[in-house]
Amino acid sequence: MMNNEKKPLLQITNLSTYFFSFGGKRIVKALDRVSFEVYEAEKIAIIGESGCGKSTLCFSILQVLPPGAKVVGGKVIFEGENLLEKNQKEMNKIRGKKIAMILQDSMVSLDPVFTIGEQIGETIRHHTSIKSVHIQEKIIQLLLSFRISEPMKRAKQYPHELSGGMRQRVVGAIALSCQPRILIADEPTTNLDVTIQLQYLNLLKEIQKNTGLTLLFITHNLGIVAELCERVIVMYAGKIVEKSPVIDLFDTPFHPYTKALLNSSFELGDLSKKAPIKGEPPDLANLPTGCNFHPRCIFKDKKCQMEDPPEIQLSQNRWVKCWKPLIDMK
Amino acid sequence: MNQIQFRSNPVIDILKKIPKGPALILIILITSSIFADFLPLHNPEIGNPRKRLLPPFWEERGTIEYPLGTDTMGRDILSRLVYGARVSLIVAFGAVIIASIIGTVAGVISGFFGGWIDQIIMRFTDAWLSIPMVMFGMLMATIVGPGVFNIIIIMSLVFWTRYARVIRSETLSLKTRDFVQLAFIAGCSKLWIMRKHILPNVMNSVITLASLQIGIAIVVEASLTFLGVGVPSPKPAWGLMLSEGRGGLTAGYWWLVVFPGGTIALLVMSFNIIGDWLRLYLDPHYRNIE
Amino acid sequence: MKRYIIHRLFLSIIVVWIVSILIFIATRIGPDPAYIIAQPGADESELSSIRQRFGLDKTLALQYFIFISRAIRGDFGESSYYGLPVSKIVWNHLLASLVLIISAKIISLSIGIVAGIISARRKGDWLDNIIKWFSLAGLSMPNFWIAMLLILIFSVKLKMLPTSGYGNFSNLILPAFSLGWYFSAGYTRITYSSLLQVLNSEYIKFVRIKGLPEIIVIGKHGLKNALIPIITLAGMNLVVMISGAVAVETVFAWPGLGLLIYNGAVNRDFNIVQAVVLFISVMMVMINLLIDILYAYIDPRIRYQ
Repeated sequence: MMNNEKKPLLQITNLSTYFFSFGGKRIVKALDRVSFEVYEAEKIAIIGESGCGKSTLCFSILQVLPPGAKVVGGKVIFEGENLLEKNQKEMNKIRGKKIAMILQDSMVSLDPVFTIGEQIGETIRHHTSIKSVHIQEKIIQLLLSFRISEPMKRAKQYPHELSGGMRQRVVGAIALSCQPRILIADEPTTNLDVTIQLQYLNLLKEIQKNTGLTLLFITHNLGIVAELCERVIVMYAGKIVEKSPVIDLFDTPFHPYTKALLNSSFELGDLSKKAPIKGEPPDLANLPTGCNFHPRCIFKDKKCQMEDPPEIQLSQNRWVKCWKPLIDMK
Repeated sequence: MNQIQFRSNPVIDILKKIPKGPALILIILITSSIFADFLPLHNPEIGNPRKRLLPPFWEERGTIEYPLGTDTMGRDILSRLVYGARVSLIVAFGAVIIASIIGTVAGVISGFFGGWIDQIIMRFTDAWLSIPMVMFGMLMATIVGPGVFNIIIIMSLVFWTRYARVIRSETLSLKTRDFVQLAFIAGCSKLWIMRKHILPNVMNSVITLASLQIGIAIVVEASLTFLGVGVPSPKPAWGLMLSEGRGGLTAGYWWLVVFPGGTIALLVMSFNIIGDWLRLYLDPHYRNIE
Repeated sequence: MKRYIIHRLFLSIIVVWIVSILIFIATRIGPDPAYIIAQPGADESELSSIRQRFGLDKTLALQYFIFISRAIRGDFGESSYYGLPVSKIVWNHLLASLVLIISAKIISLSIGIVAGIISARRKGDWLDNIIKWFSLAGLSMPNFWIAMLLILIFSVKLKMLPTSGYGNFSNLILPAFSLGWYFSAGYTRITYSSLLQVLNSEYIKFVRIKGLPEIIVIGKHGLKNALIPIITLAGMNLVVMISGAVAVETVFAWPGLGLLIYNGAVNRDFNIVQAVVLFISVMMVMINLLIDILYAYIDPRIRYQ
């Protein structure tokens, strides 16, 4: 539930990130005027197809974009300050400490030549002033809270000695080692078995309940969204197209893309009515005129092809960017 | 009329893309060494003692008759360079070809069969790789004496190990590929699989490795000859030109040393550039990790 | 880790054994060694007394056994040229070669790694080109020719450095550079590709996201991972460098094992030549063992094979 008396913990306004290549001749608009807010202790999902800009969004917030990518506009307000105006040294105090992130493939997120304990320890050492004698305890504590058995033995082991699921939990432990306020998780369960996925999600749920952590979950797996999150942000081709609480979204999606996405997903609904979305995502360097989605939209009309759709705040909690939102459909 | 689409002729494709400069140098050097007898060159082995130690033609005492000068025995440098190319190329190609045959066979067998055979071959490879090539060459020369044939054999004995290692790991990864597995299941004989499936697929690596090895072989032959254990005098060989010319350095007879060495460098450089190009041409996914 | 070390040690011993067999066989491949040792024109009785003296009349297997048991005790016979025990002579020349090889290694590693880092940064294309040509030149020019050119330039023309000798830094620099140039090319290439691979890896991304400063990202995580292939190459290069040292030492009259074996070959001092080859080869096997252990120390994935 959106709390509009409180101030948002993270407020993103008109964030735009472009990728420049071939000497600036090719510009990929990975993010185009993206705006949303995150409130304390919320569990938000960002969904969309591959390439829609979900990961770029997180890298832009944390300022860890690859070379060739630049934030060209907008604001990212966190704890009253604009993160985009900070230099790398200042951002280093925020990354890992205030805002933590888990990358997609946990199998390769850990440095193969250092022990687990060392990789957790260095984060704690850098961000806090906890003395080395106590860091060992802290590491054990962390590993236990992530349900890793025999933590003392594990801390001395190397990543390749652990199973995939365990590595995933270690990565989570590292991320939460300094008690960040926000955790961004970029498709953290994609490479795991389904049973392990479930375990991990429950673990995150519990930790979130105990600590009041704010979760930003990036995924294209709608089952996880339903299981874990309260609010959903739908992205397409670098833009946000719909924002809504989870239940409302699944019940009555307003944006044609959202509806198509739900229809093509295997996790929800009647399998006999499944249909993949026709067509392919657009080339972000050569976007169509008007609405980005119109080439694949079955509801499109003239306006959709010509003009950028308006942003409509439909109720306290629901927002959509579309010329023909599916408001009266059931 | 039916339009039949022909795939681009690989030979023409190569001709179009090969680095022109080095290729030209190679062609000139190789053909002139093969046809040296037909070129208007002085005798490379017998010199004119009255015309000894003449500098190249652009210097004061030089003449166009001996364009690059003469050595301590009055022999024309240019003709010795051209005839010397013969020896170097024969030795280099000979050694590389023999080494690649032995090495490929060993590598394929080793990778294919695994187990004891693999271990034994690998230990042999380890042993050979621990023996410094030049020193071994000197040992052999003390025993069997110098000579073109001898150093081809000696060099092959040491070079084959480079191939064996690389081909073995290629074979290992090929073994796991589907088409090989299917052949096993279909009951094809091991020899057949090695011949028809493994061998053609490692050929690219062999060719690439061989083209880079030629440069190394030329330098090694020059080193062995320079040290007196390679091609024996009075045959024209670059290594000999360098060892004979060495004494003249302090006296200022620079052309005795600069031209032979420079030719070696030019030849090897050309082979290296072509070899690098060949590597990329044959396998665009090749990664520069040795 | 212990198991790994023991396993490797065992393999090394086998390799040393094979090396000794190879060298021994090599020495018996040619004509009757008696001819080599004897003066030309010796008659049959001289030859047979030589055979007796040097144990050449015994069976091959027995000869090998004698050869090995003596070698293990450090007895390589006597030098026919110097008349002294070979082991002593070899020992005297060892230091000079060590100095040369280590210096050449330092030069080639420094140039190579720095050049590789520069290439990976890709800040200036002209610099990149220079590096490429420098590498190509090093790979293409025989090291003894480089040596002679350097002598021509620095000793004859500029009179800045001595042409030969041993003892000073100024004596060392030309030989070490001549020897090392060739290898800097390989190090450049491996540093470049290794760095690129490491810096683009997911785990480096993750370390950055953890908020650690760039120095730790590159200096701690990047370096350790990137170093692995470099060390492997350094090990493989050692044997080649020793081969190259023979010619370089000869040009500069550097009193190391290379010069020793060269003189040995010239003087047909068989024992010296054989001893140097055997000694160096065995040392190579042992050094490779040490490098393998070092490698496993740095990269824990290797320990579990």
